[in-house]
Amino acid sequence: MNFVKKSPWILHYDGSSCNGCDIEVLACLTPLYDVERFGIINTGNPKHADILLITGSVNEQNIPVVKQLYEQMAMPKVVVAVGICATSGGIFAECYNVVGGVDKVLPVDVYVPGCAARPEAIIDGVVKALGILEEKQKFARKKNS
Amino acid sequence: MIILIIIGIIILAPLVGGLLTGIDRVITARMQGRQGPPILQPFYDVLKLIQKESIEVNSMHRFYIYISLIFAVFTTVILLSGGDILLAVFALTLGSIFFVLGGYASNSPYSTIGSERELLQIMAYEPMVLLTCVGFYYADKSFFVKDIISASIPSIVYLPGVFIGFVFILTFKLRKSPFDLSMSHHGHQEIVKGITTEYSGRDLAVIEITHWYEVVFALTLVFVFFATKSPISRIVAVVACAAVYFLEIIIDNAFARLKWQQALNAAWIVTGVLGTINLLILSYFR
Ligand code: SF4
Repeated sequence: MNFVKKSPWILHYDGSSCNGCDIEVLACLTPLYDVERFGIINTGNPKHADILLITGSVNEQNIPVVKQLYEQMAMPKVVVAVGICATSGGIFAECYNVVGGVDKVLPVDVYVPGCAARPEAIIDGVVKALGILEEKQKFARKKNS
Repeated sequence: MIILIIIGIIILAPLVGGLLTGIDRVITARMQGRQGPPILQPFYDVLKLIQKESIEVNSMHRFYIYISLIFAVFTTVILLSGGDILLAVFALTLGSIFFVLGGYASNSPYSTIGSERELLQIMAYEPMVLLTCVGFYYADKSFFVKDIISASIPSIVYLPGVFIGFVFILTFKLRKSPFDLSMSHHGHQEIVKGITTEYSGRDLAVIEITHWYEVVFALTLVFVFFATKSPISRIVAVVACAAVYFLEIIIDNAFARLKWQQALNAAWIVTGVLGTINLLILSYFR
């Protein structure tokens, strides 16, 4: 049995988001959407997390931060880029300090478009990520055995 | 036979503890107007953690929490097989101390803060736990659980004050608000996750299972307060355990976390007033 699908813990990192997407991520926890019914917990600790949820684009300042967060997470792990900023840089793409989407520094598994991404879309993205997480775990097991 | 009982306790106790935690999470969610996770969610979490990679900070760091688990299992077995209550309490305290050492071992600032708070909590609840044991001895002239639960009058009749004090400090042991300053179930993003910060994968699962054993330990002590040799009282005792657990969930949801000074003061005042006065009166009449 694969249990990672039943209890995905999320680490949310705010790159250089305008806070629009962050509010929507938090909205998922409210009684209306209640992601805890899928076992999803919003942790603040990379060592406990399975899914790295990044909102906003990556800039020169936070490249080492994003990389370190990713490296501290235990295998298997996936990255979800939430909002158009995280996918490509969005309206901030031309800024002098913005490098671009999250995929410039990390291997992104799921892109959730939208400005701001709606809670339904975020939950959908996370559910997609769960499939990838399961596959990664199977692959890791095969490699070990 | 005795080995069979011990194996039964070792397997069943965490199942009951995990189920109670799951029920707790559902009730908490309903109180907040949410649907909440499935009742088996704590088991899913632990099984997932076991399947995940464990990041090793240093070898001692992991060693301590496994020792802590062994002591928690030992405590539960002693208590549930009718053994010496005093030995059980001391073994559990030793387990908590190893857990604290595990927090210090990683050298992470978050874990260190968690360990310090855990020590404060131990300081706050330990006197009352000891007074409870002393109270049982006063009431039933024995430290053995099997003697206490086969008395003709339930211990609660002699020890109402001690019981209230014990339920009060149970909030520390079950890691519930307002006394969850070292490790809360809810503050997933806060410093109250302290000691667990550097643990991942299987090690985190072990911490969770240790907590399940502790839940069973705490509720067994509540059971001992009510049980006598008649079977009806055993049923009453189980109902009392459920009621106390439900009360703790309500308290958890109704109160905000206190500062450590207030938590320590509150626990010691309750211990001093309810615990000692109860014991004084008891020693006067008996
Ligand atoms: S996608 Fe839109 S709402 Fe989200 S961070 Fe970018 S600008 Fe803000």
